[in-house]
Amino acid sequence: MSSLNEDQAKEYWRRNVSLMVKLMVIWFVVSYGCGIILVDVLNSIQIGGYKLGFWFAQQGSIYVFVGLIFYYAKKMGDLDREFGVDEDE
Amino acid sequence: MELQALTYIVVGFTFALYIGIAIWARAGSTKDFYVAGGGINPIQNGMATAADWMSAASFISMAGLIALSYGGYGGSVFLMGWTGGYVILAMLLAPYLRKYGKFTVPEFIGDRFYSKSARAVAVVCLIICSVTYVIGQMKGVGVAFSRFLEVDYDTGLYVGMTIVFFYAVLGGMKGITYTQIAQYCVLILAYTIPAIFISLQLTGNPLPQLGLGSTLIGTDVYLLDKLDMVVTDLGFKEYTTNVRLSGINMFAYTLSLMIGTAGLPHVIIRFFTVPKVKDARSSAGWALVFIAILYTTAPAVAGMARLNLMQTIEPTPGEYLAIDERPQWFKNWEKTGLLAFEDKNGDGRIQYSADPEVNEMTKVDNDIIVLANPEIAKLPNWVIALVAAGGLAAALSTAAGLLLAISSAISHDLLKGMLTPNISEKTELNASRAAMAVAIAGAGYLGLNPPGFAAGTVALAFGLAASSIFPALMMGIFSKGITKEGAIAGMVGGIGVTLFYVFQHKGIMFIPGTAWIEPGGANWFFGIEPNAFGCVGAVVNFAIAFAVSKVTAAPPKEVQELVEHIRVPAGAGEATGH
Repeated sequence: MSSLNEDQAKEYWRRNVSLMVKLMVIWFVVSYGCGIILVDVLNSIQIGGYKLGFWFAQQGSIYVFVGLIFYYAKKMGDLDREFGVDEDE
Repeated sequence: MELQALTYIVVGFTFALYIGIAIWARAGSTKDFYVAGGGINPIQNGMATAADWMSAASFISMAGLIALSYGGYGGSVFLMGWTGGYVILAMLLAPYLRKYGKFTVPEFIGDRFYSKSARAVAVVCLIICSVTYVIGQMKGVGVAFSRFLEVDYDTGLYVGMTIVFFYAVLGGMKGITYTQIAQYCVLILAYTIPAIFISLQLTGNPLPQLGLGSTLIGTDVYLLDKLDMVVTDLGFKEYTTNVRLSGINMFAYTLSLMIGTAGLPHVIIRFFTVPKVKDARSSAGWALVFIAILYTTAPAVAGMARLNLMQTIEPTPGEYLAIDERPQWFKNWEKTGLLAFEDKNGDGRIQYSADPEVNEMTKVDNDIIVLANPEIAKLPNWVIALVAAGGLAAALSTAAGLLLAISSAISHDLLKGMLTPNISEKTELNASRAAMAVAIAGAGYLGLNPPGFAAGTVALAFGLAASSIFPALMMGIFSKGITKEGAIAGMVGGIGVTLFYVFQHKGIMFIPGTAWIEPGGANWFFGIEPNAFGCVGAVVNFAIAFAVSKVTAAPPKEVQELVEHIRVPAGAGEATGH
């Protein structure tokens, strides 16, 4: 069972949610923001052969998604250790 | 060596491999059968999830969808939608469901919403969306086998069913997981090898992801600029900016595919197979890494193959391909009916145009793009044989994952959970195997006699998962106040609205002539096409659930404690059935 008291559990959850919200904002900005909403604006910038908006929609957002998940996994691992709820005895 | 003989050898070798693995990894307990013994490491699980996830549609059709049907940029909905869902899974669902530590998705919904009815509704939603999805896969299995082994469709499907039957019934989740790891290796090699060669030929860059943004070999013209020019010359919309219907539709489509991905039961149950909560988090990341290898290659395959196709038909501007001079691969694909032309003006040349009056390329099937790639690039026959094995691996692995989700819903949720709770583990294991056999037979029957709606099924499955299972799981984890009445009403309402919208535009069960609203975009809700409607269904689900929960009695204290409990990773223990 979890060894946290009520306040610790609340704090742990609050920090988890706040990390999640930050990362979900990035998730939204790269995919829906850069890939769809602002695509025309970004397409006026060209990097190599790629129009930037097109690149975000077809490649860039996927790379960012991968980064987001591993960053989340790492930060949550740190948080688990800080609160003593990690699973490595 | 002859292509046909080589194909038999390569495909035969991979099948022997899958069956060998199934025998080695056969399941001895319900825990092996449902969650592969719970001891799969996150990288292995990521690979298996990737194979499970990438279906025949991802492997064979996606590049073609991007290149042809969705005309370039519009195809981004699949690229972002089918990968972005993993971010949601990794942060919002997988770790908590793993912590909860049971075998199936309906089991969680039943416990969290303290109601057997909620569990039953979840089982029904799960079966509707898995069955719709599996029909599409069985068709893929039949088509892939018949094309590659040159047998008829029915024989192809029987062969596929036998193989799946063998390793899924014998090994359950354990057999499926290890087989899928092998299938992933086969399918990713088969996809990337031709792509690397084509990228080298066109741009000199061995990485297709970079090749798409490079200059064409021997010139200083960028590949994408050239492609834009070639397609607009023939009257098509510019490849890099061609929007699918409207910005709102692109948005809704991407969102529906994302939350559909996060709500697909056969993907979610994969995260029950890893030992720890933190493994569930990183496992989603590994899954996405392995998926991204294919998904970032796909746009390059799409763009490059489209350019090759256009330049084959119009080698120099204004000078169309003479019918007598068409290349061998062109003739090969005419035989399959996937590529067809008609010399309307009788000038002995094949004119390609966006204008249907003038256009003489009467058929360019989406599937051409991946399947014909090795031939277009003049790669040796063994590569073509490998692509065959890759396509089969993709179709088989997804079908097996879905069938497992269906059979565990039947044996674990319906039988053990509701009808006969006292059966022994041995009886349950036998029941799971029987349910699997029935599910395969049923899926095979539907594959042989596909209902009228086979074509639209994959997109529909996503819409249904997005509008029913995803919101229920989200609310179960993130809100302590949602009541059983709220959750049930939400699921029924969400899936109902989605089915209603799809059927009113595409016909009841897709039977032609039963749509009661004029087809086409005029009556679409905010211009959203039916395939993209799952996200609206999800919004309806959330809204109903919150409204109903406001007016019903709050959930009991132990349920609120359960929600607290799953939010903290320590003490996850092993996944159990009890």
